[in-house]
Amino acid sequence: MLIIDCPFCGRRDEREFSHGGPDFGPRPEDAGTLGDREWVRQLTVPPNPLGEVREWWWHERGCGGWVLVVRNTETHEIVAVEGFRQ
Amino acid sequence: MQRYSLAALARRSFTGHRSWKPLWRSHPLSEKYDILIVGAGGHGLATAYYLARNHGRRSVAVLERGWLGGGNVGRNTVTVRSNYLRDESIPFYVKSVELFEGLSKELNFNLMHSKRGMIDIVQTWPKLRELRRKQLAMDLHGSTYVQIGVDEIRRRIPALTGGGPDSRLPILAGMVHTDAAVNRHDAVAWGYARAADALGVQIHQHTPVKRLLRNESGSVCGVETDRGTISADAVCLAVSGHTTTLTDTIGLDLPLRTFNLSAFVSEPVKPVIDVVVNCPDLGVYLSQTDKGELVIGGGTDPGQSFRRGIKQSVFEDTVGAMLELFPAFSRLKLLRQWGGHLDIAHDASPIISSAGIPGLFVSAGWWGGYKAIPAGGMTFAHLIATGAPHPLAESLVLDRFDRLEFILETGTTVSV
Repeated sequence: MLIIDCPFCGRRDEREFSHGGPDFGPRPEDAGTLGDREWVRQLTVPPNPLGEVREWWWHERGCGGWVLVVRNTETHEIVAVEGFRQ
Repeated sequence: MQRYSLAALARRSFTGHRSWKPLWRSHPLSEKYDILIVGAGGHGLATAYYLARNHGRRSVAVLERGWLGGGNVGRNTVTVRSNYLRDESIPFYVKSVELFEGLSKELNFNLMHSKRGMIDIVQTWPKLRELRRKQLAMDLHGSTYVQIGVDEIRRRIPALTGGGPDSRLPILAGMVHTDAAVNRHDAVAWGYARAADALGVQIHQHTPVKRLLRNESGSVCGVETDRGTISADAVCLAVSGHTTTLTDTIGLDLPLRTFNLSAFVSEPVKPVIDVVVNCPDLGVYLSQTDKGELVIGGGTDPGQSFRRGIKQSVFEDTVGAMLELFPAFSRLKLLRQWGGHLDIAHDASPIISSAGIPGLFVSAGWWGGYKAIPAGGMTFAHLIATGAPHPLAESLVLDRFDRLEFILETGTTVSV
């Protein structure tokens, strides 16, 4: 069971959150010049590291914000909370 | 290969059963093979077997990091079924179920295959509509779903006492998938390994592959292992959750995410359920083994995971769901739990494909890959040997994502 440190609510049980998937990074700035193939890859190829992954958790049963967490996929240890969106 | 039969059993009883040979041999590791298969799980061993049997390929080696059958082929709930939705999926799984039914005889190894059928317990109207849609699609491809009423469900599964008219989710109907079966997972791994070994395939356990190797022209030409470098014309990955760990070593990205899927087993009790019971609205499914244990499975953990364990929250949710329908099971003690990691593409359908790099093939994206072992192995072997996808797996290629031709399925017995 994870304890996620929500920047708004404090440390809360994982069950208050819904998993939002890994962070795909910023969208490419030259989006207009990308071909279909690059766009599809940008949208469908997620990071899948054996180690630390940056991922979004939705504090659905709490403040409703989105928390960006860095978590180790082998140990499940939460290394850092990097961001928060209302 | 020593064939198993009643006569062989009787004959060897005279010598105290001391003349049985090991199921497969241990060979010295060569520096070069035509075909390397990474992963001696169900899919890897089946692929090696069909490469040798259907395509006459003998210079095949299967490399396994741990011990044979210790990966996901030993970490599942042994359910074999073909109740899928898409025209691309159903014939593939129908073929797999059919191959499984003849496999004990073909491999001369008792898989303890038990075609006991599966009953989906439907508790919401949208789920009933979804399954009736599946039923129509399955009818077209020779798979079977039959709807039954509540009284018939209770007659077939007397232990199912929950889900009455006053409960949170009253049972509305059941869908019976008559083709479903369970069998013995170790026997599947050992049977394929023994048959492949007899055809000349080499199996190397405790040989972890550290990275893939490419030659000057960019083709994949071998692997680096803890026991040295091995070169090959074709490297074929059948490693379940760790596909991207290996393809990362040559900078190849795949549309896969790795999740942990767990299951657990109760203490053995007398026969109480003789079908596979699946409760898609609650997110739990269970069956009873020949030993009497209840095998109980749920959904995947939230978030990517390379840890093979069970998460307390997933475990509690699964048990809570099961007790809604089977309140009497609250007094059962649980014996064992396990998790296996699987890599899931976002359409939840498998990938049996060339990786887009000469010399590299992948069989990945198996969500509930146990049922697909025979068909997955057969079609993967066809692809490796001929270079062209097998007609049953034409749609399961990697570039379907580039074309946005997703084959959307809910992969597990439980539709999450």
